[in-house]
Amino acid sequence: MPKITVAGSSFDRAADESVLDALLRHGVAVPNSCRKGACQSCMMRAMDGYVPAEAQAGLKETFVHEGYFLACQCRPDGDLTLASPDNNAAFQPATVVFTEALGETVHRVVLSPETPLHYHAGQFINLRRPDGLIRSYSLASLPGTIPELEIHVKRLPGGAVSTWLCDTIKAGDPVEVSAPAGTCFYLPTREPQNMLLIGTGTGLAPLFSIARDALHAGHQGGIHLYHGSRSRDGLYRHHPLRDLHAAHDNFHYHPCVSGRDVPDDCIPGRADAVALHEFGNLAGWRVYLCGLPAMVHAARTQAYLKGASLADIHADAFELAGRDENRGAADEAATG
Amino acid sequence: MDTSVYDEIGGAVAVDAAVDIFYRKVLTDSSISHFFDSVDMDDQAAKQKAFLTMAFGGPNEYTGKDMRAAHAGLVSRGLNDSHFDAVCGHLKSTLEELGVPESLLTTILGVAESVRDDVLNR
Ligand SMILES: Cc1cc2nc3c(=O)[nH]c(=O)nc-3n(C[C@H](O)[C@H](O)[C@H](O)COP(=O)(O)OP(=O)(O)OC[C@H]3O[C@@H](n4cnc5c(N)ncnc54)[C@H](O)[C@@H]3O)c2cc1C
Ligand code: HEM
Repeated sequence: MPKITVAGSSFDRAADESVLDALLRHGVAVPNSCRKGACQSCMMRAMDGYVPAEAQAGLKETFVHEGYFLACQCRPDGDLTLASPDNNAAFQPATVVFTEALGETVHRVVLSPETPLHYHAGQFINLRRPDGLIRSYSLASLPGTIPELEIHVKRLPGGAVSTWLCDTIKAGDPVEVSAPAGTCFYLPTREPQNMLLIGTGTGLAPLFSIARDALHAGHQGGIHLYHGSRSRDGLYRHHPLRDLHAAHDNFHYHPCVSGRDVPDDCIPGRADAVALHEFGNLAGWRVYLCGLPAMVHAARTQAYLKGASLADIHADAFELAGRDENRGAADEAATG
Repeated sequence: MDTSVYDEIGGAVAVDAAVDIFYRKVLTDSSISHFFDSVDMDDQAAKQKAFLTMAFGGPNEYTGKDMRAAHAGLVSRGLNDSHFDAVCGHLKSTLEELGVPESLLTTILGVAESVRDDVLNR
């Protein structure tokens, strides 16, 4: 049976068990959240042994070189020796500046971190509640302008952290935030590349940042943002985005409503279906997909088959934390 | 393995470009696309990369035994010579699109051909 050694103690691991599951089973406290390789909160460092490449997918090059990997995605053939999980290094204190309801289910939460974060538009942070629960939230703020961080939180019925962020916290409350993470981000290009941005629910948050950052950087080429929700109420940035559309020739906002009662200024249908139907050939396009995991995965294949190259498709699936059963139902609730 | 083909073609960068073209051909070919349905695209792209790196004679850790194991499930789902030929056909047209010279093309297709029996578990 393969072994894992941490801080001088060795633990057995079943062949198909992830390093995270094995350590948790043995009572080793490892921070974690989505367990799908997305949130990076279970990042650990190998001191000895072979880490399979899939456990390092999506990590920054420097982290890869230093032997960091995602414990939830790591099923090595042999033994591993790990540095102790350091619960505090990656987090810093932040204060809630204010919260604001954007419609019935989405809240905008603005946080002030003790030390300003350097992040790319589209990245996310892990937020840690005083009781230790960790959840990921994408940054909707414009990087490099103000030190405050803005996140958009969708209230999920029965969701621990989202209901707390939407209903309980108030200005002045302490939280903790991680360093920015994720590879679904915008970098300026000199070529006039067209961009297709598709987001469902709070999947808009990173796209709201990317679109404004691109305009701010003088992006040449069209920027097409499709925001989808089941109802008009879920299009929680309708007016600011319409204003942005009016102000920039190359920015196009396409609000999509997949349920009934579609207002005149919205497009009926699912955002990904509407968007991918609109464009015949995506060769040379940069594509960003955020929100509902099922949408993200399906749209990714479609965008690729329509000619976008794999390297130009950036995706953030908002995987819910540790809910393997009833995943479908929870996903629906999460982003619909 | 002959690593010079891999280097001559342009190494990892060339493999990335080839994966993009090759995988799209495979996924849109209805005679073989069903073999790829159940696999996540990220994983699959990584595996396509492994496939091409191997065909180009680049650094890889696969043995004949691994090739057998990787495709055993597919063989039980009906993978046969016709599917193998289709994949080799997509490999060939991908290389042609990328302007790979004839001599290299022959070498690469030869590498692919050499694993036929392992892939088909014979
Ligand atoms: C990279 C990334 C970025 C993200 N960005 C954002 C963002 O910008 N905005 C955003 O709103 N979210 C985002 N998320 C999702 C976010 O991290 C949380 O998962 C989400 O807020 C739910 O957390 P929670 O604690 O409220 O819900 P949890 O308590 O984790 O519950 C999740 C869901 O499961 C249901 N549930 C609870 N218990 C059970 C059970 N026993 N069986 C079945 N279902 C159950 C709950 O009702 C709820 O609907 C992101 C996720 C990732 C991975
Ligand atoms: C030239 C011949 C071939 C070579 C060199 C080759 C190479 C590979 C390699 C290296 C992998 C990854 C193994 C791993 O790391 O898990 C793989 C997986 C795979 N191959 Fe092939 N392959 C060949 C032919 C084919 C054919 C003809 C098909 C089907 C039409 C096919 C379908 C697949 C699938 C679906 C997987 C993923 C299996 C899984 O993840 O379960 N391959 N192949």
